[in-house]
Amino acid sequence: MGAFQSVHQEDNYEDLATRTGFSPEQIRNLHRRFKHLTKNGDKLRRDHFRVISDLELNPIQSQIIEAFFDKRNFQGNGRGTVSEIGFEEFLIVMSYFLPTDPNLTAEERESFRQRKLHFLFNMYDTDDDGKITVQEYRHVVQVLISQSDNLDQEEAKEIADAAMLEVASLAVVHMAPDEFYEGITFEHFVKIWKGIEIEMKMHVRFSHLETTSICK
Amino acid sequence: MSCWTRRGLLLALALGLALLVPMALSLGAAEKTRRSVGNGHGTGVTLRPDDSHGDGHGVNKTKKIFPVLTFDFAHVKIPFEISLWVLLASLMKLGFHLIPRLSSIVPESCLLIVVGLLVGGLMKLVGAAPPELQSDVFFLYLLPPIILDAGYFLPIRPFSENLGTILMFAVVGTLWNSFFIGGLLYAVCQIEGTDLKSIGLLPCFLFGSVISAVDPVAVLAVFEEIHINELLHILVFGESLLNDAVTVVLYHLFEEYSGLGMVTFLDVFLGVICFLVVSLGGVLVGAFYGLLAAFTSRFASHTRVIEPLFVFVYSYMSYLSAEVFHLSGIMALIACGAVMRPYVEANISHKSHTTTKYFLKMWSSVSETLIFIFLGVSTVAGLHSWNWTFVTVTIILCLVARVLGVMGLTFVINKFRIVKLTNKDQFIIAYGGLRGAIAFSLGYLLHPEEFPMRNMFLTTIITVVFFTVFVQGMTIRPLVDLLAVKKKQETKRSINEEIHTQFLDHLLTGIEDICGHYGHHHWKDKLNRFNKKYVKKCLIAGERSKEPQLIAFYHKMEMKQAIELVESGGGVKLPSAVPSTVSMQNIQPKKSNSERALPQISKSREEEIRKILRSNLQKTRQRLRSYNRHTLVGEPDEDGWNDLLLKRQKIMDMDKQISRMSNYLTVPAPPPESPTLSRSRLASDPQHYVPKPTLGNVPIIKVDLASPQSPEYVSVVDEFQKEAVPLKEEDEDAGGLTMKVPLGDPKKEEQEQQDGGKEQQRLMRCLSDPGPGGAEEEDEPFLP
Repeated sequence: MGAFQSVHQEDNYEDLATRTGFSPEQIRNLHRRFKHLTKNGDKLRRDHFRVISDLELNPIQSQIIEAFFDKRNFQGNGRGTVSEIGFEEFLIVMSYFLPTDPNLTAEERESFRQRKLHFLFNMYDTDDDGKITVQEYRHVVQVLISQSDNLDQEEAKEIADAAMLEVASLAVVHMAPDEFYEGITFEHFVKIWKGIEIEMKMHVRFSHLETTSICK
Repeated sequence: MSCWTRRGLLLALALGLALLVPMALSLGAAEKTRRSVGNGHGTGVTLRPDDSHGDGHGVNKTKKIFPVLTFDFAHVKIPFEISLWVLLASLMKLGFHLIPRLSSIVPESCLLIVVGLLVGGLMKLVGAAPPELQSDVFFLYLLPPIILDAGYFLPIRPFSENLGTILMFAVVGTLWNSFFIGGLLYAVCQIEGTDLKSIGLLPCFLFGSVISAVDPVAVLAVFEEIHINELLHILVFGESLLNDAVTVVLYHLFEEYSGLGMVTFLDVFLGVICFLVVSLGGVLVGAFYGLLAAFTSRFASHTRVIEPLFVFVYSYMSYLSAEVFHLSGIMALIACGAVMRPYVEANISHKSHTTTKYFLKMWSSVSETLIFIFLGVSTVAGLHSWNWTFVTVTIILCLVARVLGVMGLTFVINKFRIVKLTNKDQFIIAYGGLRGAIAFSLGYLLHPEEFPMRNMFLTTIITVVFFTVFVQGMTIRPLVDLLAVKKKQETKRSINEEIHTQFLDHLLTGIEDICGHYGHHHWKDKLNRFNKKYVKKCLIAGERSKEPQLIAFYHKMEMKQAIELVESGGGVKLPSAVPSTVSMQNIQPKKSNSERALPQISKSREEEIRKILRSNLQKTRQRLRSYNRHTLVGEPDEDGWNDLLLKRQKIMDMDKQISRMSNYLTVPAPPPESPTLSRSRLASDPQHYVPKPTLGNVPIIKVDLASPQSPEYVSVVDEFQKEAVPLKEEDEDAGGLTMKVPLGDPKKEEQEQQDGGKEQQRLMRCLSDPGPGGAEEEDEPFLP
């Protein structure tokens, strides 16, 4: 990287910093990590994630990887998925995991919270129809249980159904018996999380990133 | 105050007084008789003089009249006194809660100290010597139950997330407090005119270290009543537990060298090493015993009755073992309880679990009460040496040191924390630093010869304790309300929360892995995986070792629902927490229209079927009602796991049979008018084994898992699952294929309906209840 490139990059960092909320230092670290994952390429593809061995052990690995390639998370209005992303999209997805800045106003905090919840919602709602149906929920529960050896499908279904019922009772308190609950919409989803402070839970520390030692 | 409570109050007070007076009198009498007769044989005092006293030659003893009634108090004296004290403590606790407004203004600890003062005063009046709080009684018998209770039910998640902060407060904070108070006190002592010159520097530091430790008993007693948010609670409470190691080391260090008057750098260095040994050693000892307990509980399936005993004895042994080596017994207990809990709970039966929980709560409650009463009594009993300067300076310094320490430390800590501590939080942490009986007992341990100012120290300690407990304890509740500090969220642990929390955990771990950041989640995940792979296999019996956490949680909730259903027996109406008419069929995926066009069956046939089903319904409902709390013997099975699986199998077989049977029965939606009907229609039963959605129009039979009978017992309590068939219905009783619980015998039937409905409501509600996974919430003290 020549001097010219690094100057160009610095400006870029500043620009990205203002847009995503990272500090330039963090962006530099993340860029290094990005380069490491893509083996100095420019675009990140799904198979690049395979090098992270710890990720293989994660039960929701595929959902996480998909989240990176989901256009809905790029803060535009896109739908659908892409097959490769650049550093900017990588950064945008990562920015969902920033801790809430205490200096923000109440509205900014609220919008940040909404964005985080929307990110989570998108991870559940895989077919992108705006609601989490029973099948999608069942799939999530199955995946969570699948970590153990015995895959009990009935159990998973039962748990998912019970959970769904609970959400429905919370969200749409009264339903006539012949109505059908389509699925958890985003508003209902937010209602579940009402008591839990997602800002306090959904964050990752970005300050100390080790870029070199991970590749096992 | 209603008539009832007034009566109850009078009764309790009368009992209390009735106990106090004879106790005082008997102790006084025992003292007097002992003094007058002399100790001698230890055979006690008989009402008749003993003629053969002193006759040692075996000469014919003169025949005594056979003593019909003797008074022999001495040989039951100790257990008797202990029992009286415990009884007094319990009655006081009872009495306080009968006075409604008092317990909301004054924290219980204050009231108990006042009672102690009264009892002490009473005893002094009568002439008996009121007992002082002996240090070994305190440390060996009174303190462990409280700490074990705290450790066993320690909320691990918030504790581990805030561990860094807690350690900073505990270690650095206590060190700062000790040296600040000790140093400044020494400076004050050197001032002319206070006649405190004789107190050297090291005794001052010793005093500082004793008085600066935040006391877990006092913190628990006060914070439990104010329901503050989880973060603050765990910060102050965690600090009070972990500062024990620091206190132990400082105390021993200064005590050893006070006589010699100086401490070298080597000693300080050794002190640091000692601190590490004390704390880590304590934790290791505790963990070792915890693992032993978990391992033992694995084999306890055939002797369920003594399962709780293992929990208690192993924990107590860990405490004692740690105390042998002067390691931190408190940390050992905490480690033991926290380590053994997940495994033991997976192994022991439900009854044992309840027993353990209630015994721990009971013991810790009684201990706490006794401690506070004894504090009051010791105040009256002890020899005091009051020194205005010393006492006032100490109190001021304690407050100042605490505030400065908390502010300084928070400034540093906030640089590393993601969720920063606000000023309000800081204030509560500083204000919640209460001192208690540990300080007093440590002071009591000082030798009077080496520390001639011991009495003054004790007086000061008691004053500080009183000040913190009374002033700070009483004012903290209005302050919390005034400052609008966040209170504890009464969130019920629901299955949704569990799912989402687990999902979020995995998500964050994944993101950390992608970032390459070995953070909190990464290591937690690694620990979990290690736990699952190796440790659980060793320590948990049978199938439970492979159970994923989500399923375990769900089963616990089901068990809990079943128990609640059994216990409430159908008599009391419980309001449902989430009044909702949403039921299972609202959730099921839509069927295609073609399935809905079902063949009509002839009316007579339908009547027949209806009659059969109705009679079954009646029978089972009657059977159900006859099982109330008093006749009920069956509990959800002890070895719940296997039986549960068996039951499921049977239920699924039954489902298949039923579906084969009545495939063509249509049951359209009954009109949703009357609340009775709609309530009874609450098929919102998550324990429903919903057969495959394609067979959506089969009658669903709910199996009452709580039923005491064999798994074959099936209660057709529920209505049949409905298909959303568009049907025009003018009125209810018209010819339509309406399947309602017949209104033929209105009163009886409605009653049954309501019972059935209520049960379902309850079940519905139970879903959002705190599952046993959220045991921290549901653990109210047994003796509140």
